Amino acid sequence: MALTREQMAQRVALELKDGYYVNLGIGIPTLVANYVPHDIEVMLQSENGLLGMGEFPTPGQLDADMINAGKQTVTARRGASIFNSAESFAMIRGGHVDLTVLGAFEVDVQGNIASWMIPGKLVKGMGGAMDLVAGAENIIVTMTHASKDGESKLLTRCSLPLTGAACIRKVLTDLAYLEIEDGAFILRETAPGVSVEEIREKTAGKLIVPEDVRVMTFG
Amino acid sequence: MAGLDKRVASYEEALAGLTDDMTVLAGGFGLCGIPENLIAEIRRRGVKGLTVVSNNCGVDGFGLGVLLEDRQIRKMIASYVGENAEFERQLLSGELEVELTPQGTLAEKMRAGGAGIPAFYTATGYGTPVAEGKEVRAFNGRHYVLEESITGDFAIVKGWKADHYGNVVYRHTAQNFNPLAATAGKITVVEVEEIVEPGVLLPSEIHTPGIYVDRVIVGTFEKRIEKRTVKA
Repeated sequence: MALTREQMAQRVALELKDGYYVNLGIGIPTLVANYVPHDIEVMLQSENGLLGMGEFPTPGQLDADMINAGKQTVTARRGASIFNSAESFAMIRGGHVDLTVLGAFEVDVQGNIASWMIPGKLVKGMGGAMDLVAGAENIIVTMTHASKDGESKLLTRCSLPLTGAACIRKVLTDLAYLEIEDGAFILRETAPGVSVEEIREKTAGKLIVPEDVRVMTFG
Repeated sequence: MAGLDKRVASYEEALAGLTDDMTVLAGGFGLCGIPENLIAEIRRRGVKGLTVVSNNCGVDGFGLGVLLEDRQIRKMIASYVGENAEFERQLLSGELEVELTPQGTLAEKMRAGGAGIPAFYTATGYGTPVAEGKEVRAFNGRHYVLEESITGDFAIVKGWKADHYGNVVYRHTAQNFNPLAATAGKITVVEVEEIVEPGVLLPSEIHTPGIYVDRVIVGTFEKRIEKRTVKA
């Protein structure tokens, strides 16, 4: 069975470590916040200028001046700080964020990522994605393994305009957790009930299947 | 004493000197911390051919979106413009020119512009369409793109409180691009919710020192929420 969005978020949450500063993109990455283990403390960075993003507000706490990068109303947690956009991207570009989780349309065996533009469709802009992938050492891309039509999104070479070049090393799909090394996807974990054959079939880029592939667990 | 007193009495006075084809830097992120009334005054003045530099372009009928209705914007420099149907129409018809810029690069372009730095190298956008036609240089084995800074004829800024001297503080995440725009305008105009007596704002807590600010005006704000999200 392919992972649900919630299971994908749960699996990503296992990568969180006590004391991490983490930037979560829009979509599945946002859900990771719901699965932070109770015995660790992490600070969520929101690139509009908030370090220490808290829960959504109660109706009584609702404040137009308090939003996240997805423009949703949020709260600030204890120990939070707020700053301007240049400061926010200094943190990101300067490599101070420990983990970045974001979605993508495509990744390839060179670690390239395409996530912001589909030519011929309306282009809405890259927002902070190009800065995030250029600045972070530790990035996890979350995406479905193949499109609805069954086309692989794990490619030899991205077909869409890039968001960043040679910057991605970890990919979690609804079928597998993979790492990118030396021009190939290395299969590390399979989703429960998903066969290596299915993953092989749906991975267009070079795939290496080591002997010690594990079945994914969720904590 | 009036030399350092930045207060003006009307929005008309606040944007005096704004004419066709100028470049305007605007603070705000989405609809959060946008200079609502200064935008409305730009509309009222009817100036055309503007280049507007802002992270986003408002929504239909609010924020910078209202300047699209009368075709006052010729070129938009922004990182994300996805919330606006009229924007889409003008973009596809070729009436509007758009320069999409990564958000961190956009912030740094304003910061650098205000700080007298004409250009800077950043890894952001290397190997992507953003880097096309730009100088690339390697430092310590990594590639960086040369990005030119931005300044404006006017900067329009939304603050929370200011004093007579133009010292400004921002509230919560309504800060965003505002202090950066404030540094990079030839004429920087700040509208605030409250003007306080000098001495009320603590010197060590000022976000934007008055040296950057030319005009301050007090306004009332709708503060529309783009995505109202509450705890289940």
